[in-house]
Amino acid sequence: MNRLHYFLLSLATIFVILYLRSPRRPRIAFIYLRYVVLILVGWVVLSPFIWLICSAFKDQTVLMKYTFLPPVSEWSTETLNLQSFKTLFEGEETLQGKVYFWQYIFNSLFLATALVTIQLFFSSLGGYALAKYNFRAKKFVMFFMLGSMMIPPIIFLAPVYRLIVAVGWVNTYKALLVPGAVSVFGMFLFRQAMVGIPNDLIEAARVDGCSEFMIYLRLIMPLVRPMSGAFCLVTFLYSWNNFLGPQIFIHTQGKLTLPVILSQYVSVYDFKYGVFLAGTLLAIIPPAILFFSLQREFISGLSSGAIKG
Amino acid sequence: MKAVGQLSPGKWYNFRLKATPYTFLTPYFCLVCVFFIYPFINAIILAFYQTNGPKSKIFVGLGNFAFVLTDPDFHTALKNTTVYAVFSIFLQLPLSLSLALLLNAGKDKLKGFFRLVIFSPNLVGQIFVGVLFTVLFVPRYGLFNRFIHSLLYWGLENQWLQNPDLVMPAIILASLWIYVGFNMIYFLAGLQAVDKSLVEAAKIDGAGPFRVFWNVTVPAIKPVATFVVVMSTIGSYQLFELPYALLQNQGGFGPANAGMTIVGYLYNNAFNSGDLGLGAAIGWILALIIFTISIAQIRISGTLREGT
Repeated sequence: MNRLHYFLLSLATIFVILYLRSPRRPRIAFIYLRYVVLILVGWVVLSPFIWLICSAFKDQTVLMKYTFLPPVSEWSTETLNLQSFKTLFEGEETLQGKVYFWQYIFNSLFLATALVTIQLFFSSLGGYALAKYNFRAKKFVMFFMLGSMMIPPIIFLAPVYRLIVAVGWVNTYKALLVPGAVSVFGMFLFRQAMVGIPNDLIEAARVDGCSEFMIYLRLIMPLVRPMSGAFCLVTFLYSWNNFLGPQIFIHTQGKLTLPVILSQYVSVYDFKYGVFLAGTLLAIIPPAILFFSLQREFISGLSSGAIKG
Repeated sequence: MKAVGQLSPGKWYNFRLKATPYTFLTPYFCLVCVFFIYPFINAIILAFYQTNGPKSKIFVGLGNFAFVLTDPDFHTALKNTTVYAVFSIFLQLPLSLSLALLLNAGKDKLKGFFRLVIFSPNLVGQIFVGVLFTVLFVPRYGLFNRFIHSLLYWGLENQWLQNPDLVMPAIILASLWIYVGFNMIYFLAGLQAVDKSLVEAAKIDGAGPFRVFWNVTVPAIKPVATFVVVMSTIGSYQLFELPYALLQNQGGFGPANAGMTIVGYLYNNAFNSGDLGLGAAIGWILALIIFTISIAQIRISGTLREGT
């Protein structure tokens, strides 16, 4: 028996007591049980994050000694310091000269921002065309799009790689940005959000002499801002966490992104866990910030997609 | 131009209105041709060739398929991926559903909070999760080993990533951490479709909580459940990044290829060995597997219309 056992046992005992007090109407007992389970699950889910934060600031020598932080009595610069971050940002010699960790953060941020901008523009434009215009090929295009979403993207890996090599885009960001410039999923998402906008609004703008593109830019886009927020977040996460693309197409060390470089650091820094854990901590901060500012839109966007299909 | 357009809003105006959607869709059309239709056809052709790097190309007929289907590495990969997919459906989804039910059982502010907490691992990409869990799974000192040891007095020295028998459980555990929350969001959305008056009526008629769940809740969330099962099967069969990062120190595929997935096998053949033709062939085999299983699942659930 250890402390964890005693803790769990006492939680269970409280439940039994609450239940026995009124077995006919065990409402309070079940409310209690619900909270206990949720808090335990929440703790299990969050503990790797907490552990990661603690580990990034612990000194290499005591990293594995304490599960989370050392006891307060032992806090000093020898147990808690920024050494891991210092090692991380020291820079490393490569064939192309010295590369600093800042570079990878910048690369990841640049790629994610660029992809979000490009995809947001082209996907919403396409989605608008599908939502508010009637044209002959519309049914066919929609059907084709749906069909194309059914095909697992993995079969395109080999032929697209050949294509990228053939046009000489290997080792450039064009290889990562151009093939994904329009997202079929995004077009559907925007179409769904724009279908509900009243046609009278668009007609009124037309009568006032607004050009078709300006109607899209000035009238429609502000109306679907929540959906845009959700879409930006999904795209940002996709690009930020994308591993296979940069891994295959980018060879120069200084152009690599965070997922690729951190996966390499696992072997490079082998037992110096602190260094790549500090890197991982830094790598999950930007998506976390974005997520918490957009989480309402995101979760409602996700679930609406599930119901409408 | 503008004055003319306003005076006779006939031909020019109509033409412009008709051409606009095509203009707006031009980027999509261009990209689809170059990066979808062309590679698609190319993938079919490529599957019959052996290539060495992107330049050379030798016709081998069905040789690639024959090689893959008899390759013991492919059998390992297929077995691992199937084990993973089975666990995602029969372990991960029930957990997601029970958490969704638990969250949905009460209406309070904490519901949103816990939903956020349980969903949060999804922000972290599979590669970062892999990197993080390489240290969580360290024998004796890793957080996970310490945790199960203090709970069960077992497994402190488990070499999750070095012992071939424990590699798949480690991958499944790490993926549980990520995807339980993800699927829970879908189930929560599905539970909104449960008719509250029906639940009340069933309760008045004297149905217990299990009867209510089975006869009212289950039919209502069936479309979402089908969707989640199909999506998570499709996702499971394309697993690659998580084990690849997790097993980085074991060559990316683990001891005795115990963590090799089908996409890992594809990656290894197409990019480590440089045979893109073989890669294309593996891609087609994988696509066929995914297609067959999803069709079967949709048929079984019998909700072909609502489910997809």
